[in-house]
Amino acid sequence: MSGAGQALGSLNGLDGLGRADAPALRVDPRAMIVTTFLFIAVVSSFDKYDLLGLLPLVLYPVSLMALGRVSFRRIARRLLVASPFAVMIGIFNPVFDGRIIAELGPLAVSGGWISFASILVKFLLTVSAALLLVEICGFDAVCFGLGKMGVPRVLVSQLLFLKRYIHVAADEAARMVRAHALRSFRRRGMSFRVFGSLCGQLLLRSLDRAQRIYNAMISRGFSGRIHLLRERSVRGGDILFASLWIGFFLLVRLYNIPLWIGTLVLGSLA
Amino acid sequence: MSHHIVELKNLEFAYADGTPALRGVSFRIVHGESVGLVGANGAGKSTLLLHLNGCLFPVGGTVQVGDYPLTRKNVDDVRRRVGMVFQDPDDQLFMPRVFDDVAFGPLNLGLPRDEVESRVHGALRQVGADHLAERPPYKISGGEKRAAAIATVLSMSPDILVMDEPSSGLDPLSRRQLIELLRRFRHTKIIATHDLDLVLDVCERTIVLNGGRVAADGPTAEIFRDEALLMANHLEKPLRMQPLAGC
Amino acid sequence: MHMADALISPAVGGTMWAVTAGLTAYSAKKIGADLNERIVPLMGVLGAFVFAAQMINFTIPATGSSGHLGGGMILAMLLGPHAAFLTMASVLAVQALFFADGGLLALGCNIFNLGFFPCFVAYPFLCRRIVGANPSAGRILAGAMLSSIVALQLGAFAVVLETVASGISELPFTTFALLMQPIHLAIGVVEGLVTAAVITFVWSARPEVLHVAPGREAGRLPMKKVLVGLVAIAVLTGGVLSWFASTHPDGLEWSMLRTAGTEELSGHGSAAHAALAGIQEKIALLPDYGFRATPGGSGAGSREGESWPDINAGRSVAGIVGGGLTLLLAGVVGIVLRRAGQAGRSRPTPER
Ligand SMILES: Nc1ncnc2c1ncn2[C@@H]1O[C@H](COP(=O)(O)OP(=O)(O)O)[C@@H](O)[C@H]1O
Ligand SMILES: [Mg+2]
Repeated sequence: MSGAGQALGSLNGLDGLGRADAPALRVDPRAMIVTTFLFIAVVSSFDKYDLLGLLPLVLYPVSLMALGRVSFRRIARRLLVASPFAVMIGIFNPVFDGRIIAELGPLAVSGGWISFASILVKFLLTVSAALLLVEICGFDAVCFGLGKMGVPRVLVSQLLFLKRYIHVAADEAARMVRAHALRSFRRRGMSFRVFGSLCGQLLLRSLDRAQRIYNAMISRGFSGRIHLLRERSVRGGDILFASLWIGFFLLVRLYNIPLWIGTLVLGSLA
Repeated sequence: MSHHIVELKNLEFAYADGTPALRGVSFRIVHGESVGLVGANGAGKSTLLLHLNGCLFPVGGTVQVGDYPLTRKNVDDVRRRVGMVFQDPDDQLFMPRVFDDVAFGPLNLGLPRDEVESRVHGALRQVGADHLAERPPYKISGGEKRAAAIATVLSMSPDILVMDEPSSGLDPLSRRQLIELLRRFRHTKIIATHDLDLVLDVCERTIVLNGGRVAADGPTAEIFRDEALLMANHLEKPLRMQPLAGC
Repeated sequence: MHMADALISPAVGGTMWAVTAGLTAYSAKKIGADLNERIVPLMGVLGAFVFAAQMINFTIPATGSSGHLGGGMILAMLLGPHAAFLTMASVLAVQALFFADGGLLALGCNIFNLGFFPCFVAYPFLCRRIVGANPSAGRILAGAMLSSIVALQLGAFAVVLETVASGISELPFTTFALLMQPIHLAIGVVEGLVTAAVITFVWSARPEVLHVAPGREAGRLPMKKVLVGLVAIAVLTGGVLSWFASTHPDGLEWSMLRTAGTEELSGHGSAAHAALAGIQEKIALLPDYGFRATPGGSGAGSREGESWPDINAGRSVAGIVGGGLTLLLAGVVGIVLRRAGQAGRSRPTPER
């Protein structure tokens, strides 16, 4: 939960790289959403000891980062911030599962360590896939895509509104915190009582803003429904994109490719 | 053209908490007039403007816009004629892209797609903001936001432009550009502001509000010459009308 | 307490997605029927408020550590259950998509854990009844405190159930529950205090904005219907969850898979059937199930995972070599793609 707090800086990157004007990778958000969900489903369907079989799936985020020209650091920074929960829960696996299931010469590896490692790999894969969805398509496009896929309009417009006003609210909060910090000379954070009234103040301002936005909306004929002029049809390329990746996911799911490569290489060396 | 008039008769309004904000305001504005609405903070300017397109309804008195007295029944007709530009562009630009914001009104009017697009581009061109169409509103400058906010109402082809503090928060250059823009518009204009220099440039008539009442109403030049009146209403003579030291 | 994708199985994630989708559709329908278009910008701005408020840390009294707001209860008290649920869903979705909090598969779980319990359980059954039509500072404190604690306890317990049902973490049920519940009791107390402080502040300045405010009596009428619906949902989801908890791991097999299990196959004989069963076994979306069972395996479905069953040093080495090469290959593909992309992009593109 602390991710949001620490990631204030990444608010600026909120709409990702997928601007309408110059996306590096042009995929319909619907194709991207479907591919992302299937990827995540396939990743999490791997057995907890099947660390090896999981590895080829790394190709997906890696190629998306390359094709979409998303910098590795941009993703890595946010992965780091978010990792604690998965690590915290996963670290218990070696404690509770000490059964030796692999041996490397003198080194015996317990199932717990392997399943812990596979939790971490799964975490990296699934979370980077989610981040890349937004980085590549842009948040707005993802919302429109969801709308076309049947997500209720209220939720779609709610997501768009939320994103629109995150900056405004965060700015207001930052100004209030700064004003408070300037007047309180103890550096030890904010007392509980001050937080209550500061948050209350922030909430009152938000309520006022909602009223003013509502005024601006009805002034321009709003009557409960937000219309959007944005059409994009799914093209052959989008279907190809999704099918190729899904095919790859299934292939990896069905065959342990790394084991096959390893056996092949060792066999030819011998 | 009589149907472009704005007429307030004895308008009264109090907020839910009992604050009386307007205590009997009357005036009449005819087609093509540009009117500056000035007064101290809390004089009731914003409250008055909110009555001009039915964001608020009078507690007493009447509001008439064109042929329509403002009632809950014909509020839609009133809103179509009155283009309201609010004080904070962040309240007015609530959509993902500037384009969507400018298209918001026309789409609500139920116009066909082509018509909407041509209106959007027309409105953006009028305020010199074609290049902003694809940008998200929180990533453009204060002056650009103001221009975009004005475009969002121009796209609805209103007869009357109503603006609340249009020059607040603008740097001198953006402010100058705004004034030039406003001078070009042929619409009937009602502009609430503290910026008396802007009024001097744009409006030939001025209404002074004080404590929810009209304190003065007349030609701008005349009102701004009356220092006692300005003082009594917490206003200051426009810089341009003040005698410069050494001149 | 965001659930993470890495800790849940597709079956649990998918089920919770379905439950959440149902709740979302129901809430959206309710809001649409309300004809209160004012709520649209209000929800958006309050969602942003929760975000902003979460960025401010405060010092927790008597401990010296710092905490921040969850926000579900505040939303429910201002917006009512349906709008608050959707707002919470949008906040969690943005956290999953931008801040890597949780993940997409776990999003259903997270919306359920952090949205359903405060909005559809704690608020209508506790908070609203305690605060009632005549709020006072004391009533707000009691209502906010009790409902925050209950919502967080239920949410934490759901996290435990979802994790254990997924079978990816080795944490035993009781250990995990004993870990989670007390921590979330403390978090719930803090959340209750903050919620009460903020709501009291707003209530004294603008009493009409509270969802429980006096002018809202009309909203209290269909309570019975809401109650019946909520109980039905609770029973349903509880049933689904306990089914997962009680039948795991063997019960997670789909009946089709069970009938096509490896042992029985030889009896059935058909080669096509065998091939099909093999594929089904491989693509089963169920971790813990003995995928790739080898002849020495003790049978599908047993708790001892069979994917790496025989301790075979040669096999392990092949695995490590192959794994390293796979990663190398993926990296090379990435570099080549990036290079190719840059070379093909001689035409200058706008940077912003
Ligand atoms: N939402 C509100 N609730 C209660 N009182 C308000 C509200 N908005 C404005 N007021 C009060 O109404 C009076 C007129 O305010 P306003 O129209 O905003 O003045 P101006 O725009 O001239 O500065 C002020 O006394 C102000 O405090
Ligand atoms: Mg004002």
